[in-house]
Amino acid sequence: MGNLPKAFGQSVRRKEDPRLITGAGRYTDDQQLPQQAWAAFVRSPIAHANIGEVDTSAALEHPGVVGVLTGAEFAASGLNDLACGWMIHSRNGDPMRVGEHPALASQRVRYVGEPVAVVVADSRQAARAAAELVMVDYDELPVVSDVEAAAAPDAVVLHDAAPGNQCYDWEIGNRDAVRKALDEAAHVTEIRLINNRLVPNAMEPRAVNASYDASRDRYTLYVASQNPHGLRMTLAAVIGFGPEHKIRVISEDVGGGFGSKAFNYAEEVVCMWAAKRLGRPVKWTAERSESFLTDAHGRDHITTARLAMDANHRITALDVSTHANLGAYLSTFGSLVPTYVYATLLSGQYDIPNIYANVVTRYTNTTPVDAYRGAGRPEAGYVVERLVDVAARELGIDPAEFRRQNFIRTFPHATPVEMTYDSGDFQAHLDKALDMIDAAGFEARREASRAEGKLRGLGIGCYIEAAGIGPSARLGKLGSGAGLWESAEIRVNPTGSVEVLTGCHSHGQSHETTYAQLVADRFGISVDDVEILHGDTDVVQFGMGTYGSRSGPVGLSAIDMACDKIVAKAEKIAAHLLNVPADTVTFEDGEFASEATNERLGFAEVALNAYTAHHFPTTEIEPGLKETTFFDPPDFNFPAGTHVCEVEVDPATGVVRIARFVAVDDFGVIGNPMVVEGQVHGGLVQGIGQALLEQARYDDYGQLLSGSYMDYCMPRADDVPDFDVGFTETRSTTNPLGMKGCGEAGSIGSPPAVINAICDALGIRHIDMPATPEKVWRAVTSAA
Amino acid sequence: MEITVTVNGRSHRLDVSPNTLLVDILREQLRLTGTHVGCDTSQCGACTVHLNGDAVKSCTVLAGQADGASVVTIEGIGAVDDLHPMQAAFREHHALQCGFCTPGMIMAAIDLVEKSDHLDDAAVREGLEGNICRCTGYHNIVNAVLSVAEAKA
Repeated sequence: MGNLPKAFGQSVRRKEDPRLITGAGRYTDDQQLPQQAWAAFVRSPIAHANIGEVDTSAALEHPGVVGVLTGAEFAASGLNDLACGWMIHSRNGDPMRVGEHPALASQRVRYVGEPVAVVVADSRQAARAAAELVMVDYDELPVVSDVEAAAAPDAVVLHDAAPGNQCYDWEIGNRDAVRKALDEAAHVTEIRLINNRLVPNAMEPRAVNASYDASRDRYTLYVASQNPHGLRMTLAAVIGFGPEHKIRVISEDVGGGFGSKAFNYAEEVVCMWAAKRLGRPVKWTAERSESFLTDAHGRDHITTARLAMDANHRITALDVSTHANLGAYLSTFGSLVPTYVYATLLSGQYDIPNIYANVVTRYTNTTPVDAYRGAGRPEAGYVVERLVDVAARELGIDPAEFRRQNFIRTFPHATPVEMTYDSGDFQAHLDKALDMIDAAGFEARREASRAEGKLRGLGIGCYIEAAGIGPSARLGKLGSGAGLWESAEIRVNPTGSVEVLTGCHSHGQSHETTYAQLVADRFGISVDDVEILHGDTDVVQFGMGTYGSRSGPVGLSAIDMACDKIVAKAEKIAAHLLNVPADTVTFEDGEFASEATNERLGFAEVALNAYTAHHFPTTEIEPGLKETTFFDPPDFNFPAGTHVCEVEVDPATGVVRIARFVAVDDFGVIGNPMVVEGQVHGGLVQGIGQALLEQARYDDYGQLLSGSYMDYCMPRADDVPDFDVGFTETRSTTNPLGMKGCGEAGSIGSPPAVINAICDALGIRHIDMPATPEKVWRAVTSAA
Repeated sequence: MEITVTVNGRSHRLDVSPNTLLVDILREQLRLTGTHVGCDTSQCGACTVHLNGDAVKSCTVLAGQADGASVVTIEGIGAVDDLHPMQAAFREHHALQCGFCTPGMIMAAIDLVEKSDHLDDAAVREGLEGNICRCTGYHNIVNAVLSVAEAKA
């Protein structure tokens, strides 16, 4: 007992891996239920149309078909529309404008891929074949797929409830002060940016397997979700499937999410409804082309921004105007992403006294847009870091020096846009990153490239983000429909091993390992003696899932606080066993001791005694050893860092090669460096993908042109470099562990670093993402 | 139609349709669910298995084409207490996060190492170009594969 080496802070190898590397993972599509049936959705091939007759007769005659259900039948089911969980008010006080959003359309379709009917059959093949036989008459309407076109006075209107296709016209900050500062500025830098629309592309396609047990009047939903409890609450209270205790949601192994599996989708609702109607378990797994058309997309902003500076190169104001594309319907967090997790980060790492942002969101005939890794914060970071870089170059100052001059240096720091940064040291990661990439040697490398006919550039991205959203009361005031605390339950078994129940959900984040590391240290036991349980609403009482980099600072903090309660109770029991006063008992390295005696007790001994209950008065101390905590963070935490990218451009082809990439991040206290570095690597490649490769592109008919891996350029191993990752540490003050979220940082700092490097290499002011060889070649050609 | 196929050393006689895919008999008839389907265009590589010793994407091989063949899947290369060196290297180097692309990635990597005389960082990256991972950024996958290649050399 006792004296085990500390696990927390070490690169402990993952407990998840043995099953995942041997093919023993259990993803939703792997579940096969007795009497299993399969669903195939009939989806609109038209971006905007009124629905006429739906003829299901041929499909019903197809061998193996169990049933065909249409939007009209769904409309008669009594189930409610899909809903958005965050209310935003326009600057004139009006609530956001929300149109209908049925899970199966019966009147009108508004984007390509929208489901209008479902076929359920004995096999996946039969369901898909029969779905082809459902005949739907579409009366086509004009289409608008671009957010600026949607604002035109003669643009077709998608929802009667939203004239001009506008959902809201929102603002934050002080407009008059910003206008005054702009008028008085010694220099103003203005830029227009497109933040390109992305498809999340978790490698496991979304999947659902819904069943209904009539004898128990209870649904079971296996679903690839990041947020099983939130989904159950929505299915019960919003959609109307009945009380929560009649619904069990299970999300066991989930193959990546990046935000896209945190929402309530039509397929979950329709499969549950169909399972009860038809009396069979109904499974649906997206084909990749369905994922492209129906997984909520990310980003899609058009922004004009102006930065004001005084004669000493101090930033005095930032003015931002953003048009955000919401897609055809408001997705679960669609209204939140372009507002309170976007414009609130526009101060970046800089001391900017005056900020104003206006965000207008509109509906278009495209797939709904929602949170994708970073969710609003990459959009903000891109605006700030592009603007700062262009300003420095216009002023003729070194971009690193310009940043240094304007960094926030004292904490806490309240920005003009809602946030109060609790801690940080921005200079520290900038200096470390420039050192790691050998910025001093850059000019020599640039010369060497030039000698070979290549153009070399260096670009910096100094990002800040807000992770671990909270506290709940404040979020409620800002429009959230839910609280954003996290729960933890710790069950100590009589033999001293431990089960930890968390409301967070791991779909690649390694909670089974990092959470176990902390708990093992707290109790002085082995990591192997701790089991982390999650992703089943019958096992874990409640929780808010995993997104927004909340699982460390919020989820693990809840576990830490539950550990405190376990120790407090165990000390009381130990006092009786040692026959000493309770206030003399201490617990360290897995041993209970007291200054009043030389005797010591191990954690397992006390655990066993908690359950035998032979040696303490159960009138004073209840038997057993199990504790629960709900942790509501007092504020966000603020991970920040500096990413530096060095590119080499071939001017003859426009091909950009990333020669070096350094990321230095301040994530506060780190639980498992190996895991955190992995999170950074993955985020970096998603950010580099946005900067160089990825673009969801629609034509004027609302057809998704980049709807497969043949057309949508996913980063592959030979598109990206090795990374040099480093850390600095300032503790967060908003959680007991001092942690800051690490899940999204990579995708926030990297896009501006890459684009700033390309602009540096080419000597140009701006190039829009993705900087494809064609675009870069054109920029080289027109600059020459 | 009826086919005979050896999967992970066991012979199976299976009744399949002319349009049944190899991945369907693995996942749905034999219930070997370690092989995953990530796309419908043979682009992502999650379904990679070995067919007569070659890495193939099992979502684009017809079951009929596997008649008389020997197939090895992720379940056939090692066990938790007796991992294949590539499986062990993926764990050691943290070359997986969500794990969904991992079986295909491991099967492709084994083939790459077995059939290459000399592998460096660039050659591994090029060799794995047919397998998409959205979680790891490839950095640790490349390190894992290189470690196995170096141990072989």
